[in-house]
Amino acid sequence: MKHLLGIEQLSREEIEAILERAESFAEVGRRDIKKVPTLRGRTVVSLFYEASTRTSSSFELAAKRLSADLISIKSSGSSADKGESLKDTCATLSAYDPAAIVIRHPYAGAAQMVAGWSEAAVVNAGDGKHEHPSQALLDLFTLRRRLGSLEGKRIWIVGDVLHSRVARSNLVAFQAMGAEVTVCGPPTLIPRGIEALGCEVAHSLEKLEEADVVYALRMQKERMQESFVPSLREYAACFQIDTRRLGPRQLLMHPGPVNRGVELSGEAVDSPQSLISEQVAAGLVVRMAILYELLAANERPAPVEGEGAERPTPIGQPA
Amino acid sequence: MRSGEGADLVLRRATVLDPVAGIEGAHDVRIRDGQIAELAAPGTADAAGAEEVDAEGLHAFPGFFDPHIHLRTPGHEHKEDIETGTRAAAAGGYCGVIAMANTDPPVSSKADVEALREAAREQACVQVGFLATVTRGMEGEELTEMAALRDAGALGFSDDGLPIRSARVLRRALQYQHLCGGTIALHEEDPELSGDGVMHEGPVSAALGLAGIPSVSESTMIARDAALAGYENGRIHVQHLSATESVDAVRAAKAAGVEISCEASPHHLCLTDEEVRSLDPRSAKMNPPLRSESDRQALIEGLREGAIECIATDHAPHAPEEKEVPFEQAAMGVTGLETAFAAVHTHLVLPGVLDLALVVERMAGGAAPFGLERPSLAPGSEANVALCDLGAEWTVGEEGYESRSDNSWCAGQTLTGRVLMTVAGGQVAYRLRSFSLGVAT
Repeated sequence: MKHLLGIEQLSREEIEAILERAESFAEVGRRDIKKVPTLRGRTVVSLFYEASTRTSSSFELAAKRLSADLISIKSSGSSADKGESLKDTCATLSAYDPAAIVIRHPYAGAAQMVAGWSEAAVVNAGDGKHEHPSQALLDLFTLRRRLGSLEGKRIWIVGDVLHSRVARSNLVAFQAMGAEVTVCGPPTLIPRGIEALGCEVAHSLEKLEEADVVYALRMQKERMQESFVPSLREYAACFQIDTRRLGPRQLLMHPGPVNRGVELSGEAVDSPQSLISEQVAAGLVVRMAILYELLAANERPAPVEGEGAERPTPIGQPA
Repeated sequence: MRSGEGADLVLRRATVLDPVAGIEGAHDVRIRDGQIAELAAPGTADAAGAEEVDAEGLHAFPGFFDPHIHLRTPGHEHKEDIETGTRAAAAGGYCGVIAMANTDPPVSSKADVEALREAAREQACVQVGFLATVTRGMEGEELTEMAALRDAGALGFSDDGLPIRSARVLRRALQYQHLCGGTIALHEEDPELSGDGVMHEGPVSAALGLAGIPSVSESTMIARDAALAGYENGRIHVQHLSATESVDAVRAAKAAGVEISCEASPHHLCLTDEEVRSLDPRSAKMNPPLRSESDRQALIEGLREGAIECIATDHAPHAPEEKEVPFEQAAMGVTGLETAFAAVHTHLVLPGVLDLALVVERMAGGAAPFGLERPSLAPGSEANVALCDLGAEWTVGEEGYESRSDNSWCAGQTLTGRVLMTVAGGQVAYRLRSFSLGVAT
């Protein structure tokens, strides 16, 4: 694995390798000294063209925990604001010889283009409405810890699927791990043709009880002005996940930040079924695992590889 | 076009195909003083004083005609100009082209048209017709001085690049057309429906998270404008059809007796939205967007049965920095003049989807909708010839481009069929550099 550009390009074995690695970092996180020397002397660039709190902070902390040198660039105040093209910014950063570039960008395909322009391993931390693979991996990690396997589980992704990169990456990731996915939301916020990705489509919560996991998406307030929904009140009445709609055995997830009272009721957020704070905690170890797999895994044999264990399949080759 | 010496040529033993003139078979094509003088039996034409070309095994077609290209001048000469754009046309076998008016500033005044025609007389190596905009500055509000523009030599009118949003404005233009003539060419798109879309709306846009442009954003406007043209007895030409619903809308308008013609581009005939999965804007981002396989099939069928009368490239050059950016930020459009025939030949003729004769006919079908004479190989006609080697394989872009821009939709593809020589307006406009004009023996 040279880059992490999207879940689409990963085999199930590659996904599992990252999740296994994250488990070993979870163990490190319980020690007093949480830092390991793996990436000492190597440089990680964090390049964020969009506001982000949890993704940028957890990637940056992950790089530090692995002892990498970190350069953190936010678009406000950087030369991107002065009209520099992405390509020229990449050329500039290449002067630091970074081992990895973690990029968040408002447009689809940006990470892929950076991968073509740079020698560094590129991690897509969200490109437009396209993919957000590290989010999908941390969600898989969180669910696996709770459920063991996702094989045959039913997962409902509820809300603004149209504008959500999380929905797209998770839809592919959940299915790759054997789950059955239904996307649910008002018809205006479900992209035409999404069934081709192998999911079911629902326009009401009527059959929500069949779900083992309910994954709610953030509903942005400006969607109302664009006539995607008549009002947030009507949206909440039809699609809010609350403790009345959520059964006692169903798990609840959300990529954050939550609009309490819109896509989720406050009670649901704080309910024992909610995995939301576990998702945040998983973010750090999974992002450490991603950097490790990209930068260090090929340099020395994995510590616990048994006899006959299969090597991860490289990107671009059939699993 | 530049004035120059009329060609004196013998295309010895060429395989001549002009389906409209009913010419098919091996002939010596004798071109004298820029005219098709004679089609003689192979090996018999008198070559005295003429350059002799060994055309055995090569095809001579009537020169192609493209009713929809962007020469980018004035204002964007870093992408293309009259000289480079017409050179690209000649390299593709075109003897004539029509340049769109969405330049910077747009071609909206008499002086603009006169300046362009003057420049073409100095720089163009094929015949160039210029359209003027329908509305002043392409702002969609007020009509240009259409009669004065026609007097200055504007071939017709188009706000191409943008639709005419207001039905009222288009209706006035169609009424005014009775005074000044000139076909109105329409870029059909309802911006309310296309919104901020960057590709066809469907499973691929859903998978990529890109905003979609629904097929109906095109077809609903075609239906509206065809109804207006019918009501006002106007003459319209629909540009770059992309969707099944659009072909149906044109068919319905024709059945109702509306004076309407239309075009399809090689990229819409050869590619689908699957291409966008590469997220490479150089080859896959244009407006209208590449659509689904069923849309592509509908265009092919429309071309075959005549609902679509011509192939037009919508040649749209862009500089590298406008294309080397993420897909959503990139400029719309691809170049196509140099590859149109070869691409259609490779992707549609060789696999048996379309007949060679039909493609040759449609490659020059864009002249008539603008009131121009169709290029012909019949003796007595002005010499307009595309001489092609249908067996030659070449890789697009390997030797660079005649165009100033390199955003070709088929860059890197190996195509079969190549234009070796073009005669345009009676003059030799192009010879492939490596094609030696050895004297036939």
